[in-house]
Amino acid sequence: MFLAELTGDVSSLGYGLGAIGPGVGLGIVFAAYIQASARQPESAAPNRTWLILGFAVIEALALFGLALAFVFSGS
Amino acid sequence: MNLAEVPFPPSVEDFFLPSLAAGYWVTKFTLMIWLATAALIVFFLLAYRNPKLVPSRAQWMVESIYGFARDSISRDLIGPEGRKFAPYLATLFSFIIVTNIFGIIPFLQVSPNSHIAFPAVLAIISYVLYLYVGIRKHGLGGYLKKATITPGVPWVIYPLLVPIEFFTNLVNRPLTLAVRLFANMFAGHLILLVFTLGGFALFATGNFFYFAVGGVSLIFAIVMTIFEFGIALLQAYVFVMLAGFYIGDALEESH
Repeated sequence: MFLAELTGDVSSLGYGLGAIGPGVGLGIVFAAYIQASARQPESAAPNRTWLILGFAVIEALALFGLALAFVFSGS
Repeated sequence: MNLAEVPFPPSVEDFFLPSLAAGYWVTKFTLMIWLATAALIVFFLLAYRNPKLVPSRAQWMVESIYGFARDSISRDLIGPEGRKFAPYLATLFSFIIVTNIFGIIPFLQVSPNSHIAFPAVLAIISYVLYLYVGIRKHGLGGYLKKATITPGVPWVIYPLLVPIEFFTNLVNRPLTLAVRLFANMFAGHLILLVFTLGGFALFATGNFFYFAVGGVSLIFAIVMTIFEFGIALLQAYVFVMLAGFYIGDALEESH
């Protein structure tokens, strides 16, 4: 006997769960950038490179989730 | 097209376009890659055939694309010896921009980069390039040591840290480079399909209240098209910046 049962395609649910971590991470990255450039406006331009770098590295995790959601959606 | 036949919801099948010739090697994507290559070659050759001290509009564009790749990517991320990579990075940057923007140009309307094959090839080229320059500079052993062993860490942690570093630096990097560009373009095209086809599917219901929602959906399709334009530029920048960063990392002196 099952306590709860989930049927159908749950891969999109997995993507939703997988997007939590990158979401928090992206929030931290951008919050830190805004804070840094508010405290020290002249550091805004050189820090932008690292902002995009961090953004790209974190975003890859969410995009893996998206790709895998489609990969496993048929099974 | 009959509204009742609108294929909704969109699926992965929508990315596999029919073949245009015998076999399966000429598709819309093949033609778009040829078009992008030809357009870039012709544009760069024509714009720089007769360079002047006071640049024309096309010459200014070509110079700012190359100057951007040389100054803000090669010089800032690779260092003084980065200038010899500027032609490669500028080519990569303009090729990815053109193929990404194909995703929102009417009648082309799908980016070749929404198939994993094209970003994968671009990532493999960058991967081989940075492995090559790293090994040539540090030697095979020196490069592997640099890539896998973090200095200033107690040796007890090495059994744990070396596999992680090996995986991040030598396996994960080309993989994420390819998947990032692919998934962005794939998701962007899918979002546009959802809003456009969704709008027509709602119109097809014949229910008056659904018409308004369908209109909102179509307006959102336009908004997302503008958003996609930004994503196309950003992802081209991110790809080239990461390629430059990896090359710079491979060339960097050991700590």
